[in-house]
Amino acid sequence: MFRRLHESGETLTVLIDGLVLRVKRGDTVAACLLLAGKASFRRSAVSGEDRGPYCGMGVCFECLVTINDVPNRQACLIPVEDGMQIQTGLGAPALRMKDFP
Amino acid sequence: MICVASPPRPLPTHVDLMIVGAGPSGMAAAIEASQAGLSVLVADEGMVPGGQVYRNVDGAAADLSSALGRDFSKGRLLTARFRASPAVYAPRSTVFMIERNGERFEVGLTMGEAAHMVEARSVLIATGAQERPFPIPGWTLPGVMTAGAAQTLLKASGIVPSGPVVLAGNGPLLLLLAVQFLRLGVPISALLETTPPGNLVSSLPHLPGFLFSPYAWKGMASCSRRCGDARSPSASGTWQRRAWPARTDPFPPSRQESAHRGLDTAASPGRGATGQSRDVGGCGTRVECQPPGLRAHLDRGSRNRNSIAVHCRRQRRDRGADAAEARGVIAAGAIVQRLHGQSADLPSRVDAARLALRTHLNGRAFLDRLYRPADVFRQPADNVVVCRCEEVTAGTIRRLASQGATGPNQIKAFCRAGMGPCQGRSCGLTVTEIIAETRGMTPDDVGYMRVRSP
Repeated sequence: MFRRLHESGETLTVLIDGLVLRVKRGDTVAACLLLAGKASFRRSAVSGEDRGPYCGMGVCFECLVTINDVPNRQACLIPVEDGMQIQTGLGAPALRMKDFP
Repeated sequence: MICVASPPRPLPTHVDLMIVGAGPSGMAAAIEASQAGLSVLVADEGMVPGGQVYRNVDGAAADLSSALGRDFSKGRLLTARFRASPAVYAPRSTVFMIERNGERFEVGLTMGEAAHMVEARSVLIATGAQERPFPIPGWTLPGVMTAGAAQTLLKASGIVPSGPVVLAGNGPLLLLLAVQFLRLGVPISALLETTPPGNLVSSLPHLPGFLFSPYAWKGMASCSRRCGDARSPSASGTWQRRAWPARTDPFPPSRQESAHRGLDTAASPGRGATGQSRDVGGCGTRVECQPPGLRAHLDRGSRNRNSIAVHCRRQRRDRGADAAEARGVIAAGAIVQRLHGQSADLPSRVDAARLALRTHLNGRAFLDRLYRPADVFRQPADNVVVCRCEEVTAGTIRRLASQGATGPNQIKAFCRAGMGPCQGRSCGLTVTEIIAETRGMTPDDVGYMRVRSP
């Protein structure tokens, strides 16, 4: 879906949906996911349809992913870090009865 | 490669001037104000200074810079001056609140995992502009993105679509992106220009001003290149095409997938990215009809006497950066004068900036009218999703408006349009325009969504 014009620079390792990937330092999480072929980053909380990055600059909140177990992070604003665990595909959170004693 | 700038430690807690955004206007204002002796803190969501127009200008590879053009690479001059100035730069920080506290402002920002409060004597909001997204069927599908987003990926990471692309919309940014893609060998299967033909007639009276403005030759250079290389669409499947739903219309309407980030651009000038921060800063907004968009009130009255919340708009990447830079200098001049009295050589630079701004604005009237989007895109069909976050259709908003909802704040309460994560940044203007059309009011009378601190 996307390709990099030049392969250069320092690489680091991240975990994207459980798969180990070499990515470039300085890239945003969104850029890494697009390069990894992920068009859909999450599911809409209303209908569950797939969504991916739209504005690319932190305005639209469409690129929300789970990073190191923290949900709803803006992938287009956050630079990758070594060992980062990125999870896509999150939709509306399920209601868990144990959260409502 | 981007080297993420390291945050200042510790963050200052009291400053003379807090600037939100480190694009051309924010940087220019920071340089002038800090050199005039004010303590300046610049909060920026980016990793490095530059904003979107000069995104990663210092880190872009040489051949990428040349493909992006001279208007991009000249940003290095500004970032170098900004880095050398005494202003403190806070990268990757988000201002979530600006509140008045007596004669000062309390500014809340998150940086890293923590929130900080900074007390500022004045605040300059230089958050730039965003593309005006026009809702069309299928605009929520993954793979459909704004032209600005595609260009940001190119600038920041040097990545481009691997398959042929469909560019749709109107305005100069779309043409600029097409030219940049062609230079880099990215196949463009179609460039769908949606400017209504009638615009040419209404824009003609402003042609002379345009011809004498710096935009003229840039536009012509883009157009000649575009006509030569990208006229005939090829029929291959593309990532964006596959994402596009089956349609009966001959082309996907409007410039949303294309569009320009310099929202102030020719096509829908006047709307800033963060209506949010302007409102919170206590400076009202107005919805304008021509050109359609939002504009901040520049309140020089007593209410904001020792503040200035100016919205420095970046008009558009290759033309707007210069105008935005000029606006930054002008705003800094006013703030320095207010807080410090007159300073030595700043007034002459402010005068020069005013002159530069005027030549740029001369050309703008023509572009504003030429690239005014067709009404059909501002009034989407009933089945089109307007609020992406809450998936509210134009039909729902029309129905509620005809049932008596008088403004976007009632619409929010009735159907949640504008209440999702983006807080109406994507749909706000469209919601206002649909209500205005349905109720026969002007967009300014309908007003804009109320913005609250989180």
